[in-house]
Amino acid sequence: MLRLNIDAKTVDRCHEIADNITSRVMEELSSLSTVAIERTVARFAGVDGVTGDGVPLPNVLVDHLVQKGKIHDGVAIHLANACLALGKTPVQVAQMVAGGETDISSLEWQGTQEVTKKAREMVQDCLDKIKARRAEREALLEELPVTQTPWLYVICATGNIHEDAVQGRLAASQGADVIAVIRSTGQSLLDFVPHGLTTEGFGGTYATQANFRLMREALDEESRKLGRYVRLVNYCSGLCMPEIAYMGAVERLDMMLNDAMYGILFRDINMERTFVDQNFSRMINAYAGIIINTGEDNYLTTVEAFDAGPQVLASQFMNYHFAKKAGLKDEQIGLGHAFEIDPGIQDSLSYELAMALLVRQLFPACPIKYMPPTVHKTGDIFSSHVLDSSFNLVSVLTGQTIHLVGMLTEAIHTPLIQDRYLSIKSAAYMRRAAKHLGHNLQVKPGGLLETRAASILEDTLELLEEVNQEGLFAAISEGVFAGVKRQRTGGKGREGVFKKSRWYFNPVEAALRAELLGVS
Amino acid sequence: MATGIGRGNCRLAAGGKVSTASHRAQHAAEHRDNHLDEHRDEHRHEHRHEHRAGHQDEYRDQDRDLHKDLHRDLHKDLVLPYGDQLNDGVVQVSFTLPVAAGALAEEAARQAMRLMGLEDPQVAEAAAVGENATFFVGYGKLTRPVELSKLRVAKPMWEELDQGTINRLVHETLGRPMVVVGAATGQDAHTLGLDAILNYKGFAGNRGLEAYSAFKVINMGSQVPNEVLVAKAREAKADAILVSQVVTERNVHLANLTNLVELLEAEGLRDKVVLVVGGPRITHALAIELGYDAGFGPGTRPQDVASYLAQEIARRHVELGPLHE
Repeated sequence: MLRLNIDAKTVDRCHEIADNITSRVMEELSSLSTVAIERTVARFAGVDGVTGDGVPLPNVLVDHLVQKGKIHDGVAIHLANACLALGKTPVQVAQMVAGGETDISSLEWQGTQEVTKKAREMVQDCLDKIKARRAEREALLEELPVTQTPWLYVICATGNIHEDAVQGRLAASQGADVIAVIRSTGQSLLDFVPHGLTTEGFGGTYATQANFRLMREALDEESRKLGRYVRLVNYCSGLCMPEIAYMGAVERLDMMLNDAMYGILFRDINMERTFVDQNFSRMINAYAGIIINTGEDNYLTTVEAFDAGPQVLASQFMNYHFAKKAGLKDEQIGLGHAFEIDPGIQDSLSYELAMALLVRQLFPACPIKYMPPTVHKTGDIFSSHVLDSSFNLVSVLTGQTIHLVGMLTEAIHTPLIQDRYLSIKSAAYMRRAAKHLGHNLQVKPGGLLETRAASILEDTLELLEEVNQEGLFAAISEGVFAGVKRQRTGGKGREGVFKKSRWYFNPVEAALRAELLGVS
Repeated sequence: MATGIGRGNCRLAAGGKVSTASHRAQHAAEHRDNHLDEHRDEHRHEHRHEHRAGHQDEYRDQDRDLHKDLHRDLHKDLVLPYGDQLNDGVVQVSFTLPVAAGALAEEAARQAMRLMGLEDPQVAEAAAVGENATFFVGYGKLTRPVELSKLRVAKPMWEELDQGTINRLVHETLGRPMVVVGAATGQDAHTLGLDAILNYKGFAGNRGLEAYSAFKVINMGSQVPNEVLVAKAREAKADAILVSQVVTERNVHLANLTNLVELLEAEGLRDKVVLVVGGPRITHALAIELGYDAGFGPGTRPQDVASYLAQEIARRHVELGPLHE
């Protein structure tokens, strides 16, 4: 395999610093929870459905506790106490709250031991279900193995889940290994998850539990037909990260986009909210056996890609260490990057190759996610196809794992049926044609690739040291990443962050910590 | 080798109906369809045509002038797609039909091309893209020419200026920088186009508006409600508002763009700002129709927008007097 000679000490130091930066963030925020986390706990307890006005019951329950000033205890103990006091199930309690029939913050206390026990019990079914779904995926992957890498990943985005199911199956039959249903524009800023099957969306399809289920069933059927398991992806970002992680876990999604900083930088979501939600959502991803995809490609589309290498790597180191702390295994951490250097630059292909190799080599056990060129594309679909071919070659040559297939019509519209066909055909061609090419080539010692990789790595260390010195919050507020400045107290969703009281208890987190990190 | 058009001209001349240059032009216009039909027929029956070559020699000198004139007129006013010969009408198309691959699908593809107005439809590639869908690459010939003189083209009224000229023009006009507020409005989360025009970095080596001393840029980013944009424009005393719309599914952008104009009118701000919209599906004509001052589509560089804004503010200053006074 192509290998760069890189300085192991520098790499170790990068890991050490990233570990330190992320530990400090987690320590600082360990006393906080969010409304999204509490809604997720309610969902684990079986609270589902919407009121007559379409408000999801988990929101009703959590908003009720916020109003009563009791959210600081977490939803679990009040819900468990209400179940015991009223002799009802969690969803029945939520319905009563929605109907104004009860105030669960002022019911008679049933005793700490009983309530804690009940709280643990009420989320157990769901934990078991997720474990079963994980086993189901593992069995399917054995029965319907995916033998080729990189996995070809394509996007469906019609707005109508029924149409997405048709297009997703079609793409799979054309050779796609991974199908992502991108979300409707703006969903990341909704502080609730829409309910039921949806047929209208803007630039994508709403992420709902019913939509996840329909899509997974369609792909299961297609997987059996093809004898190859087709993975399903959705987006664990925005104001509902943990709730969507829950939905993905229960409906056996296989990958979820989950970046530690994306929401902060690109959606102006509050820092504390994002970091706290991120951690809990990743614990759920970890437990469900889901592969996360991080979003470093976004830096490359926002700032000049030629100069963004150190930012990308620094972010990958931090995303990696946040992920490890949430219990994700290396093989679940799909660190992202992209082929976005200006093709007008001489040797741009060599620079792309250097970066792709470097990322691959720094995180050897991680399924690296490689994103196609988008910024330097125009309406010239023919040249766009050529650029994608270069991207395909670099991806195969350097052994990337998750390969988002570039579309020739990228700059114009969401993919037409033939665009996907042509793009998959071209990527599959390169996967076949260059299969062992990388194994038979060597990097010239001290040449262009090594020099470039070494300089990016050195700059990465310097950047990480800078972030470490001032702390991640301050670094973000100074615009270190993507040139975007966000304040710790600013951004959307801040009102949904709260300090945990000394009675706070989250039975899902307790179970996941025990299972994933061996901490009780 | 004579071009197809040249041969067509020979036939016209042989008919002896053409005498003066002006007549020729008129004649060409009246008979353009006919003429092009003949051209097409000849192309198809090239063999037959070659047999007649001797007969045409008699007209050779006369033809040469006529050929030149008509060729020029055609070139200037009547145009057809250019394949490998001028005005041969060759068109390349690709599309998918929801029909299983096979003879029926291919005939359906040829018929689809005929319905597009293409003659001689050829299927170059037919590939199954699923059980019940076939992808085609096809070729055909367009036969009805485009008459350039009959077209009306809506373009913003500006010429390209360099950065120094733009800066000077704005400062001379206003005595201060022009305040430009930009936003991707409604549900639109895409800021790529907006950033390319506004941010210092710009696009394809062309610096953004922030790089000009002529502009004070307020980039509000994505998903900005129209109400918030209007409030900001009022507060900042904006001279121009730049709206970016990328998401166009089900024409959501049209309703949103119209709503902004209505809000600005209700607030009495519409005449006080230069209102510009940009995006991959935006044309200047569409922008005008929606009540905007200008529209910029794909490939627009920051310098284009900067040139327009500077000239438009200068024009208004002269015609309407100072704004915001």
